[in-house]
Amino acid sequence: MTFYDRGTILPGLIIGLCLFLSPFIYNGGKAGKAPVPELTPKAKEAKQCVAPKPYMTAWHMQLLDNWRQEVVREGSRYFNANQDLWWNNQFDGQLLEKWRRFITSSDASTPGATGKTYYKSLQVTCMECHSNKSKFCDECHNYLGVSPYCWDCHVQPKEDKQ
Amino acid sequence: MNFILGMVIAAIGMGPVVMIPLVGVGLLKLNFFFGVIVPYAALAIFVIGMIYRVMNWSRSPVPYRIPTTAGQEFSYPWIKSNPIDNPKNTYGVVARMIFEVLTFRSLFRHTKLEYRNTETGPKIDYEWEKWLWLAALAFHYSFLVIFLRHFRFFMDPVPGFVLILEKLDGFMQLGLLPINGLGAPGVYLTDMLLMLALTYLLLRRIYIPQVRYISLPADYFPLFLILTLGTTGILMRYLIRVDITAVKELAIGLFTFHPVAPAGIGVIFYVHLFCLCVLISYFPFSKLCHMAGIFLSPTRNLANTSRIVRHVNPWNYPVKFHTYEAYENEFREHMIEAGLPVEKGLDSEPAKEAEE
Repeated sequence: MTFYDRGTILPGLIIGLCLFLSPFIYNGGKAGKAPVPELTPKAKEAKQCVAPKPYMTAWHMQLLDNWRQEVVREGSRYFNANQDLWWNNQFDGQLLEKWRRFITSSDASTPGATGKTYYKSLQVTCMECHSNKSKFCDECHNYLGVSPYCWDCHVQPKEDKQ
Repeated sequence: MNFILGMVIAAIGMGPVVMIPLVGVGLLKLNFFFGVIVPYAALAIFVIGMIYRVMNWSRSPVPYRIPTTAGQEFSYPWIKSNPIDNPKNTYGVVARMIFEVLTFRSLFRHTKLEYRNTETGPKIDYEWEKWLWLAALAFHYSFLVIFLRHFRFFMDPVPGFVLILEKLDGFMQLGLLPINGLGAPGVYLTDMLLMLALTYLLLRRIYIPQVRYISLPADYFPLFLILTLGTTGILMRYLIRVDITAVKELAIGLFTFHPVAPAGIGVIFYVHLFCLCVLISYFPFSKLCHMAGIFLSPTRNLANTSRIVRHVNPWNYPVKFHTYEAYENEFREHMIEAGLPVEKGLDSEPAKEAEE
């Protein structure tokens, strides 16, 4: 069996495949473990965020954006953990909710059980418990290469170095 | 083939691609199978398939120069030639290939025949088909950027070029729609561009009769597959979010050979992943393989040296010659005896008969 133009085709093929398999080469068989955001004692004490953890993990950016819109546009300053999760008032329908639960295969959309009312504020409410930005926010954001623009406008909280 | 039949066949092919992971992960909870085994199998098929395909191509000899000559050939220095569209050496070929691969130059020049109605009846027009070129360019570059952006899941730590791409791609800092609930995370331009370009390429196949006539299931299926891939990706980013830290844990596990299938990733992710697995395992055996084939196209990658260089057929076998000199040496005596003219006489002297 004759292979013509091996001198150009083989190197080309190898370069192409190496580009495709570059993540294997870059990682070199080892990578950092997936980060686990660290909870402050205060956050641990509260037990539950404004919504359940799976929901907060996946959807916190939308919750924060909703809070921003509602506060800035509508002047609505308070968030009730049972009634105000966005799918409860924006979409009417149990079917959609069931489908969402199936597709996310989690109880991510279970409304918050605390029933508390919160003041909608990143700096005042969120950062009160999660005062450790570098250990809580940045861990996952850096791991995934996400750079949210929260702190372009908001004042970054000072952290107590323990 | 009837175009509706073609689309139906492609859609029938698409059905299982969505249903298998929905059932397999959503109901049967086969997370490890769909998160680890299927991706590894697909990757193996891709790598081996590509090697097979390219090496199979390299078995075809290309003895003659067959480049498409889209400009004046080089002849005399005082005749203006086109060194890129009719390359005379490797430099020209490299320039031609760069333009071909990066800007789809030959597609750019593509024209289509159209009938224009005038008062005296229909007239033929050759219309520059810029929309196909534009949509193809938008689609390919969007796909490339989206593919490279995904490296944030494949590589740890995230390399700098991915962060720059994300910044550029999401520079609008807007949500999907100006509706509460869709304001975050920020929209990526390439997501939208990819879907628009794909939709155009699909509608073009359906709308233009000539293109519709030559469209087969193998044309619709990749479009459907990439549309589904894009739709699930967009859904996952903007509407049905999943825990992406766990997603990266799974992806990094695959790329470091320490596979894990973390719990709590939504089914939508497995649909997305399965679409990708089908895409890359289908890749080497379909028209999508033009990604490798473009570099092996003899009409593009050969210099037009048909006249400058002598080309010898590489599979010429050695022919046994019997020259006239040898023939005469063999039969000289007989020839002289029979009175036939010879070039050389018997005693290696010039024969008198031959001179006369």
